[in-house]
Amino acid sequence: MMDAVPTQIQPALTIEHITVHFGGLVAISDMNFVVNEGEVVSLIGPNGAGKTTAFNVITGFLQPSHGHVSYRGASLNNLKPHEVTSLGLARTFQRTSVFQSVSVFENVMIGLHRRGRSRLWDTLLALPREHESERELNERAGEVLALVGIERRSRELAGSLSYGDQRLLGVALALATDPSMLLLDEPVSGMNATETARFMRLLNRLRELGVTILLVEHDMPMVMGVSDRIVVLNYGKIIAEGPPAAIQGNPEVIRAYLGQGAKKRARD
Amino acid sequence: MKRLLPCIALLALASVPMWLKDPYLLNAFVTTGIFIIAAMSLNLLLGYTGQLSLAHVAFFGIGAYTSALVALGFDVELVGGIRVVHEPWPVWLGFVIAILVSGVCGYIVGKLSFRVRGAYFVIVTISFAEVVRLVALNWVELTQGPLALTSIPPLTLGLPGLGYFDFFSKQSNFYLVLGVVALSYVIINRLVNSRIGRAMVALKENEWLAVSVGIDVTRYLVLAAVVSAAIAGAAGSLYAHYLKIIDPDVFLFLYTVTMVIMVITGGKGTLAGPIVGGLIFGFIPVVARSFASPELQWILYGLFMILIVFLLPQGIVPAIEKWFGVGEEPREPGATKPKLQDVP
Amino acid sequence: MTEYLQHMINMLILGSTYALLGIGLTLIFGIMRIVNFAHGELYVFGAYFVYFVAVLLGFNFFLSLLFAILAGCLLGALIEVALLRPMRGADIDTTMLIMIGAMIVMQNTEQYVWGGVAKSVSTPFPETPLVIGDFSVSWLRLFVFFAALALIAAAYFLINRTKLGKAMRATFQDRDTAALMGVNIQAIYMATFAIGSSLAAAAGALLGPVYVISPQMGNIASLKAFAVVILGGLGSIGGATIGGFILAFAEEMGAGYVSSGYRDAMGFLLIIAVLLFKPTGLFARSERVG
Repeated sequence: MMDAVPTQIQPALTIEHITVHFGGLVAISDMNFVVNEGEVVSLIGPNGAGKTTAFNVITGFLQPSHGHVSYRGASLNNLKPHEVTSLGLARTFQRTSVFQSVSVFENVMIGLHRRGRSRLWDTLLALPREHESERELNERAGEVLALVGIERRSRELAGSLSYGDQRLLGVALALATDPSMLLLDEPVSGMNATETARFMRLLNRLRELGVTILLVEHDMPMVMGVSDRIVVLNYGKIIAEGPPAAIQGNPEVIRAYLGQGAKKRARD
Repeated sequence: MKRLLPCIALLALASVPMWLKDPYLLNAFVTTGIFIIAAMSLNLLLGYTGQLSLAHVAFFGIGAYTSALVALGFDVELVGGIRVVHEPWPVWLGFVIAILVSGVCGYIVGKLSFRVRGAYFVIVTISFAEVVRLVALNWVELTQGPLALTSIPPLTLGLPGLGYFDFFSKQSNFYLVLGVVALSYVIINRLVNSRIGRAMVALKENEWLAVSVGIDVTRYLVLAAVVSAAIAGAAGSLYAHYLKIIDPDVFLFLYTVTMVIMVITGGKGTLAGPIVGGLIFGFIPVVARSFASPELQWILYGLFMILIVFLLPQGIVPAIEKWFGVGEEPREPGATKPKLQDVP
Repeated sequence: MTEYLQHMINMLILGSTYALLGIGLTLIFGIMRIVNFAHGELYVFGAYFVYFVAVLLGFNFFLSLLFAILAGCLLGALIEVALLRPMRGADIDTTMLIMIGAMIVMQNTEQYVWGGVAKSVSTPFPETPLVIGDFSVSWLRLFVFFAALALIAAAYFLINRTKLGKAMRATFQDRDTAALMGVNIQAIYMATFAIGSSLAAAAGALLGPVYVISPQMGNIASLKAFAVVILGGLGSIGGATIGGFILAFAEEMGAGYVSSGYRDAMGFLLIIAVLLFKPTGLFARSERVG
């Protein structure tokens, strides 16, 4: 994590002309946007608008049909997900977000994988470097858990945590990779109001640490509250982009959401 | 406790040849020990990375044949009339080369088969094992085919100043096998309790999440395959030099199944599991031979396997640990791991 | 040239039975997501059943075939209810272990009941082959070919033209939606496993009299069925049909022009090659991601 907030605007993540086809279906068409260093940007839109698909493209889980993604000047196209992570981009998932059957602490230890320095031989021969590296990781794991605020749960099984704590652990896992940018996929979905408020505090803390954040979220009060800028997607296209105030009054955005509401009513 | 128990077990086992003089039972211990080594290595893949590899007998067999051929020598003509002649080498070199060759085969098979998962992976691994078996059966010039490689010398160990020692008797083989079991245990223990082991467990639990925290899936799967294959190769080598005869039947699918049964019965993903499971299935034939023909024994094996999966899906060791309230983290029964296709 | 054509004739006959074997397996995988290691044992079961009914009980050969197919169907239903129904929802590796256990039990039961001596079944077909020009083919094999084709056609009809088939296809597409639409998933699973098993038993019943019957022939049958299914793409019935013929072609060519010892290796080499270059099989539609 960077120590200071950058003072001048520098693009961190650049998405240019991204198009994704699934067979005949167009999931994203010609998407362009930029996330600047230290910014919190939200990607919103009705269900099926292509938000998670965009995440998958950025983090290497999905190769786009066309277009280009780059982070801090390095192209992300054709990189595997673990290579994207090593460039400093970490993500969380909408659903399965923790390693259920190991402890919270072990989860973070897994997340710290890339920080380990021991080699195969160190491990097999139990050389000093193995112990040193493990001790460092242990320390760091404690720090990450404290940052997220679930350090008291560290001996519990991840699967036994409350839903809200599991989401936090998911973020801890991503933070353990030491990212300069975080991509959060609906982090507060299913959280109650207290948990959401707690999460917003964590988000602000991360922003202070200089982590760039791209957020996909349905919780509009939260989105409006934390975002510097908002990008609105509908049917795979960007229909609006701007600061929260501008988005709130944008007639096209309202229509996209209302349209979905009307459809939902018709189905019921 | 965690350190003490393996040491006590090791000492107890080491005392066996001192009071057990029955050659049949001692023989059962040696062969069981060899299969325990193979099962332990399979556990690394099956239990820790969660990949059901059914090619394991291939590495075992490759180790057995490699070791035997290095020690016996061979003379074959390859395609294009290239003649390869190998004079017999010291037997311990055969053991080392067997481990290396099996490891390399594990690397190749891992690189190829880990492109796919689930049912495809299982079928590719079986296919590999069958191809190797057919080669062993048909490349008569090298392997003697169904006639078997015979007169394989026992393993020898040259100690500077002390002369040569050969592992001919059942007692000496017992200690040799026990030593390799202990060594394999230490290697696997260190591996799974390290950053590498955590990466493996992460892959098993949730591959997508593991990848997202920067774990290179293929690298760790292949690493597990290499170590696993190398240890299986060591077991195969011990097998060849102990029995002194091997034929293509070492590649039978049933041997892989035996290893799989040992691992899941004992408890996959636990260090003691393959040892406990191995002892049980190694000694079932000893007990059952008085009243059951081999077919009946196999029927029992099969039923036992089904029952274990039904009633004790995590195996015996985790059940005991749970009973005594000690031990490793409980694992979710039947927890489904998301396959690559399932995730967005 | 003549030799080549003779190989082609053999290929067609062999391929039709491989296809039969593969369709059963791919059906079970596609709908139930189960890798049926006992498939080869159902094949052996069919063969022994014909032996039992035709030779030991002295029934008519053709009637025995019919009985074998029905018995395979029943045995399949039984396995499904006893072993697979209780494990519904378990992951694919768990059910694989159960089916491996079932395979071991079945194979050794066959060995126990019938002994290691291979059995043969005599048929009402004339011993002298049908000779046309330079080619010859035995009447029995010709019958096997047409019977296999008829069964494949019947399977297609069942899946594409009947109400049961429609429900099976719906389950294949999306189990949960099918259940919501009123499809009885339990019944579909049982029917699927029963039909798949009866196809395997049919293949065994047809091929048993061509060769001799032994308990070990199940291993190789299972592995060949895997090869056929991988070639065609897991879950693709059309793919399995074509896969059966491709495997037979590769084996005939391999045995004819390379070495007969490696006949059985051809399938596995094909599997490995297919998975290296086109992991979804040669004919499967690529699965939609997302």
